[in-house]
Amino acid sequence: MRSVKRWASKNLIRIYAFLAFTYIFIPIIYTIAFSFNDGGKSNLTWKGFTLKNWANPCAAPEICTALGNSLKIGLTSTIFATILGTLIAFALGRYHFKGRSSTNLLIFLPMATPEIVLGASLLTMFIGLGVDTGFVTTIIAHIMFCISFVVVTVKARIASLDPRLEQAAMDLYANEWQTFRRVTLPLVAPGIAAAALLAFSLSFDDFIITNFTIGTEITFPKFVYTSAIRGVPAQANVIGAAMFFIALAIVIVGQVLASKRKSKLS
Amino acid sequence: MAQDASTSARGDLILRNLTKTFGDFVAVDDLSLTIAKGSFFALLGPSGCGKTTTLRMIAGLEEPTSGSIHVGTTDITDMRPYQRPVNTVFQNYALFPHLSIYENIAFGLRRRGISNDLIKEQVDKVLNLVELPQLAQRKPGQLSGGQQQRIAVARAIVNRPALLLLDEPLGALDLKLRRQMQIELKWIQTEIGITFVHVTHDQEEAMTMADTIAVMNNGKIEQMGSPDDLYDSPKTAFVANFLGQSNLIPGTVSGNDGDNLIVDLHGNKIAMPKRRSSATGASILAGIRPEKFRIAPEGKGATGNVLTGGVVSDISYIGVSTQYQVEMPWGKELMVFEQNDDDSDFLKKGEKVVLSWEPMFTFGLDGSQDASAGAH
Amino acid sequence: MAFLHVQKTTNRLKGLKNNRSLIPYLLLAPGLIWLSIFFIFPILQLGATSTKTPAGEIGFFEQTYRFQNYIDAFLASKEQFYRSFLYATLATILALAIAYPLAYAIAFKSGRYKNILLVMVIAPFFTSFLLRTIAWKQILGEEGPVVSALRAVSIIGDTTSITATPFAVVTGLTYNFLPFMTLPLYASLERIDPRTMEAAGDLYANGLTTFRKVTLPLSMPGVVAGTLLTFIPAAGDYINAAILGDPKSKMLGNVIDAYYFRIVDYPTAAALSFMLMAAILILVTFYIRRAGTEELV
Repeated sequence: MRSVKRWASKNLIRIYAFLAFTYIFIPIIYTIAFSFNDGGKSNLTWKGFTLKNWANPCAAPEICTALGNSLKIGLTSTIFATILGTLIAFALGRYHFKGRSSTNLLIFLPMATPEIVLGASLLTMFIGLGVDTGFVTTIIAHIMFCISFVVVTVKARIASLDPRLEQAAMDLYANEWQTFRRVTLPLVAPGIAAAALLAFSLSFDDFIITNFTIGTEITFPKFVYTSAIRGVPAQANVIGAAMFFIALAIVIVGQVLASKRKSKLS
Repeated sequence: MAQDASTSARGDLILRNLTKTFGDFVAVDDLSLTIAKGSFFALLGPSGCGKTTTLRMIAGLEEPTSGSIHVGTTDITDMRPYQRPVNTVFQNYALFPHLSIYENIAFGLRRRGISNDLIKEQVDKVLNLVELPQLAQRKPGQLSGGQQQRIAVARAIVNRPALLLLDEPLGALDLKLRRQMQIELKWIQTEIGITFVHVTHDQEEAMTMADTIAVMNNGKIEQMGSPDDLYDSPKTAFVANFLGQSNLIPGTVSGNDGDNLIVDLHGNKIAMPKRRSSATGASILAGIRPEKFRIAPEGKGATGNVLTGGVVSDISYIGVSTQYQVEMPWGKELMVFEQNDDDSDFLKKGEKVVLSWEPMFTFGLDGSQDASAGAH
Repeated sequence: MAFLHVQKTTNRLKGLKNNRSLIPYLLLAPGLIWLSIFFIFPILQLGATSTKTPAGEIGFFEQTYRFQNYIDAFLASKEQFYRSFLYATLATILALAIAYPLAYAIAFKSGRYKNILLVMVIAPFFTSFLLRTIAWKQILGEEGPVVSALRAVSIIGDTTSITATPFAVVTGLTYNFLPFMTLPLYASLERIDPRTMEAAGDLYANGLTTFRKVTLPLSMPGVVAGTLLTFIPAAGDYINAAILGDPKSKMLGNVIDAYYFRIVDYPTAAALSFMLMAAILILVTFYIRRAGTEELV
């Protein structure tokens, strides 16, 4: 009895974790499975296995235009947000200056504001200024809400660096620029990469803000949302599944590289 | 019932055939040991020798693969940590960072439902014992390493356990503080009379504090005894090298002379007391501690056991003594510590020397061992 | 991934350069200017719009400083207001209940699988938010496996549905924001020295007491960060209500969306947005104060 009880109490949390992961993966597996569904346009019920959705992901009208737009918006926003956010992160992580706490507040607030408020306020401003909404306004909005996440991610990486490494570099005749170029930047690079990935996924997946700023243009999430009423075509699942596998691959490669580097060092 | 053991069980700590394996790795190998009530016991060994695993099994933080643990007549093998009459001073102290010093110390008492008044009295008392009553309201993060160490001790002993376990308690302190804390811990142990089981890899620390030392290697106890016993009469090459330093010279027993064995060391005949040899066959390791050697320039008179033909290969002057490395004709180097207590002439590098010592300082070990086992 | 680090950044300001140069301001300028123009300024615009009144044509408004807009907007949508905070609170509690043991298991029981499990936690981020929500709609829907199974064993009747209910909306919110809860919890649990938990056991605390007195208080930063990161987006969300709910489970987000795009009543939409933001900020401030200063017993 005692040993059964002990086994249960020891493994209870593992069983629980297993159930939680099952819950997490149910809709993901569903999405991937239904990318192989021979369900015609609606894709609501399982009709049989097919590869034709994967063979021709652009078959659904407008879907590849939407995907292309999302990629364009995502890449552009990522580049700008990563640069702007990284600069702020370095200022916060490596310098003392007046106005530090107001800067922190300004970084924190966009993350604490509901997306619908961000979208509504931007649209209000664009309407007030008479600006036509579209790609440019959407990219502007995406850069805005991605900056904070980039700052937080990169700043954490900078904070985890031992400042003595930079002091050691200076001690070894590197001037400030060389120290930054040869020591600080390489060490912070994984954080910047993680921030860029985060920014891209936030931008690519965003619907709420985009819906306010995109005007009549279409993005992948908007395509999914508007087609949801009639039933989302299986091609959307194909794209969703493909994105899932690509993201997974990127993360796994990153992890492997990091652990390789670690084992090399030790 | 089991709950009572945390206050009632008293007596010697008895480990019987204690074994712990992690997969294929045998961390603790069939260990049997009795630690007398009220003693200060040290488990000494290099990292990975199984000493910390042993301690964690006594504390209830690891489950033994087999074997039993008793305190007096109470079997505590299957008790949860919180049911045992055992408290631990953790490596790096493991003070609760979110609680004040006062609440850290009161933690165990509160769990046992002791009244607030009594808790206050006991916490104050133990804070006085460790001489830090002024820190009661601070948080652990505001304390120095030495202060945290004392609080960790106070947090454990306030519960009056039958047994206090100390896991490398001084490892994080600097040398000077370590020496001071060694003396204090020893004093506290004498003062309160609890059995202390102390795990360390620092042989000097073990020697300074413990009544009894068990030297562990590869999950087994190599030798157990009082510090001077272990130092004077090591039974294995590992103990001889790990506890202080030893010169172990391989040789063969060539004869008998009353109470002494005659041993041939690379052509030099030396005498060794029979009672100090644990070797059974003809093959033997003759052990001489570096400070027992006398060193003199070649040609000067030497008495007792004598080794000739040495050449000084290195000299380090370290204040109270001078350490010489002497290369012997058979290619090995011997270590010699010479007290700087007279103005005898300093030897120079490359100088030819004679080493001599009193036969009674020689100990003998079984010759089949690796002479460098356990060397630092 | 950002959330893993949120709390680590606070108290490590040692080793900063202290020269009064222009460099930090030059580094800050581009990003902060961007945020000022496209975050602060629009919020101010939103505030200004919220007190405007219609001016003739549809979509045109003039500033009349009519603060009555707020009261009107609130009275018209107080149910959705209440629902938003109720659903967000429920989803936050549910997510905490699911995520805490999960984060605990990953932090302390996962051994060398830790990194794999962390990737699994953020796996939902790798697929589209909308696709996941639609997947839930179909899984829980009339023709989906869950309803069929429950009906087959007569747990629910033929007329009872799961989708188009508040239950489905809360489930969706919980699911979608679960990683935001799990990651900060994991980060704060992972930083706890396991020896402090052993020490509690050594000092006569059983498993539950150890959790209550040591593990939980030490993981509070993660609990605070996780609940905020879940509650804030959940309170402002309208996707889950739009896809998984029915007219009776609409949240404030749905109302704001409708005022903007269908009714074209910008002042009311702005007033509601402003109130939503203000309510969240007040709650958050209150919550942080409380969690930050009072010892949890």
